[in-house]
Amino acid sequence: MINQLSWKVGGQQGEGIESTGEIFCIALNRLGYYLYGYRHFSSRIKGGHTNNKIRVSTTETRAISDDLDILVAFDQETIDVNYKELHEGGIIIADAKFKPVCPEDTKAELYIVPFTEIAAELGTSLMKNMVAIGATCAVLGMEISVFNDVVDEIFGRKGEEIVKKNMDAITAGYKAMEVLLGEKLGAMELEKADGQKRMFMIGNDAIALGAVAGGCRFMAAYPITPASEIMEYLIKKLPQFGGTVIQTEDEIAAATMAIGANYGGVRAITASAGPGLSLKMEAIGLAGITETPIVIVDTQRGGPSTGLPTKQEQSDLMAMIYGTHGEIPKIVMAPSTVEEAFYDTAEAFNLAEEYQCPVIVLSDLQLSLGKQTVQPLDYGKVEIRRGKLVDFEIEEPENKSYFKRYEVTEDGVSPRVVPGMKNGIHHVTGVEHDETGRPSETALNRKLQMDKRMRKLNNLTNTFQTPVYKNTPHEEADLLILGFNSTRGTIDEAIGRLETDGMKVNHAQIRLIHPFPADEVLSLVQSAKKVVVIENNATGQLANIIKMNVGHVNKIKSILKYDGNPFLPHEIHTQCKEMFEYGNV
Amino acid sequence: MATFKEFRNDVKPNWCPGCGDFSVQAAMQRAAANVGLEPENLAVVSGIGCSGRISGYIKSYGFHGIHGRSLPIAQGVKMANRELTVIASGGDGDGFAIGMGHTIHAIRRNIDITYIVMDNQIYGLTKGQTSPRSAAGFKTKSTPEGSIEQAVSPMELALSAGATFVAQSFSTDLKDLTAIIEAGINHKGFSFINVFSPCVTYNKINTYDWFKQNLTKLNTIEGYDSSNKEQAMQTLMQHDSLVTGIIYQDSSRPSYQELVPGYAEKALNKSDLTLDQAHFDKLVAEFM
Repeated sequence: MINQLSWKVGGQQGEGIESTGEIFCIALNRLGYYLYGYRHFSSRIKGGHTNNKIRVSTTETRAISDDLDILVAFDQETIDVNYKELHEGGIIIADAKFKPVCPEDTKAELYIVPFTEIAAELGTSLMKNMVAIGATCAVLGMEISVFNDVVDEIFGRKGEEIVKKNMDAITAGYKAMEVLLGEKLGAMELEKADGQKRMFMIGNDAIALGAVAGGCRFMAAYPITPASEIMEYLIKKLPQFGGTVIQTEDEIAAATMAIGANYGGVRAITASAGPGLSLKMEAIGLAGITETPIVIVDTQRGGPSTGLPTKQEQSDLMAMIYGTHGEIPKIVMAPSTVEEAFYDTAEAFNLAEEYQCPVIVLSDLQLSLGKQTVQPLDYGKVEIRRGKLVDFEIEEPENKSYFKRYEVTEDGVSPRVVPGMKNGIHHVTGVEHDETGRPSETALNRKLQMDKRMRKLNNLTNTFQTPVYKNTPHEEADLLILGFNSTRGTIDEAIGRLETDGMKVNHAQIRLIHPFPADEVLSLVQSAKKVVVIENNATGQLANIIKMNVGHVNKIKSILKYDGNPFLPHEIHTQCKEMFEYGNV
Repeated sequence: MATFKEFRNDVKPNWCPGCGDFSVQAAMQRAAANVGLEPENLAVVSGIGCSGRISGYIKSYGFHGIHGRSLPIAQGVKMANRELTVIASGGDGDGFAIGMGHTIHAIRRNIDITYIVMDNQIYGLTKGQTSPRSAAGFKTKSTPEGSIEQAVSPMELALSAGATFVAQSFSTDLKDLTAIIEAGINHKGFSFINVFSPCVTYNKINTYDWFKQNLTKLNTIEGYDSSNKEQAMQTLMQHDSLVTGIIYQDSSRPSYQELVPGYAEKALNKSDLTLDQAHFDKLVAEFM
């Protein structure tokens, strides 16, 4: 019996590869296994190799596995591209239709099952995916009945007969594989899971659910990979709360419409990826100087320009911190798990209103699209705090003057009224302005207003709930590993191996990127002999931010990956070890 | 009920003496009073340019945004609070150059706001460059040999984009302009009003006199029916769009807000931000 398994299904895009993985996962998730999936796909609808690599474990897992136990192949390319991941004793289950051949150096054993033929005999070749699931079941020695409910939910609306046919296809796949496996039936039987029902979702689902929980009632957005799921979820759910989503004509309209809605007093969001964020930059500056709250999600993908639209990268960091011309207060958060993505997004709306500034929730493709088992989300932890939003009657101002929307205050935050409120009339402008919002170019006013805006965030690193995720068991560590966003699980796993090798390793993921929690990170850096920053970009953006804030320029090293693929645990393990052993760290 | 004077503030516009925008401002203030608004229930959102300053010259909630984006901001404000009257405004550069995309899409989206363009066929604030409304051959600082591009026809574009309210006016016709703005505010849907508002400093061609000589009032055209789209388009083409009055109005089409499924009937900004636990649990269960 094994306690974890890595399974991959691959074929041509548009062949139902994704739904094969989905059905497999939902069923196993319901048995209480922890799943972690990562999809390899291209920016096209049909054609091109795609695969879905899924890790199944009896314990929590947040990383793609290094190798592979089972590969289900619907075409030769799937074997050619992926066979090297299979270890000795691994299994390839391939459709007889394409006459599969394994390269000479294949370590795994090939089983040829007529997926398409079996499915066609049962009614339609479309069900070849179900046959493949059945074949997998045989290897896992798993009852096919675990798929009953899922198949019923997915195909139920098409009628009982379709449900039955799909279950028949799973059974047929199982039987065909059973014959081929002989004594190896159930060769990879998984230990029983705890049977706990947990959510199975992508980071974008959590971001969208977090928005709903955080009181967001309006979204303006433009479709883009890998952010669109946020919009698609909110389009379905916001009407339950009287809200809605507008799919705008472009990214600029999305950002400015969301600014308009926030100015109007509704919690509004926009979400995009790098190219969209580039277009939103002027609007972000507008929100900054007009002190309008807005929550913006950036799901990073390979850049620059259109770059690698469906690949993992973490290269928007500098742009998110410094983007927009001029200087504004801005908050950049970077959740490192799906659970954090939920809580952080909900909290982002509080921060946006409390500090009256743009809040960027930074994600990356692996976090946004990696489908995984998620620990229960506690709605009780979600607060609604609206800062200095005026909800009381305002007295008539003297001489019928305007309301001091930009009153210079000690903490830099001014009372905020929304249109419709009596005696709250004021002007809002992207031009430098005085306390009532009236344009002003005087040097004195400029300095007063600029200082007021910039001091709003002075204390945020002290009040922000968890600016740094820490797994720092060692008072004095041999090595400190730092990262942000989705690398957390992979680093965790690599650290387990480094510790087994005898190294004392501390780990921190930066969750509040800007303003930077310098004191906290500095003390971590000081208590480690060596420091390495892991990130998916070519220039070490996070490492540079850390150096800028805490110094130790020569001590802080980088491990970078920017080929479009996420880190694997063994890469971090071996690179850290090599650097350490050869003194390169 | 507020009078038009209550829509005045003490800010002195930085427009040149004789600028058409003064009259547009006065017409907006009169129209707001005439339709029975209180200053706090009006939000004026404007773009960048000389005319973009208008949101600071009217006593109401005012949002002076970024160049070309008054429309998406204004639509966001309206979505947040459908009880507000929202007027977007700006110049021809704002609406037909940098913001043209938003103009077309705001028209076809049909959110219930009013859009007033102060069209002077020139870039004034940047001191005299060509605009998408400048006629071919028009000499400016950026077209010293005369513009070699065609001018856009916003009225024709609006009709083809599915507009439900299209009107044009001339800044000196204060009474007509006020009436058109009132009609625009009262129209349930997106109201698009282009106002010829001459630039006395940089446009020596399209002057007050030039407009007086070239404009035709639609109410002088016998049998003109503003509910007839075909006639509207024909008339625009026959007169090179140099007409004033309500060109087209379709009162039958519901506004965007009326079509949004589940959209709050009261102002969305007054809705409860919390969920009951059972509702949250239901959302969570969908992922299990």
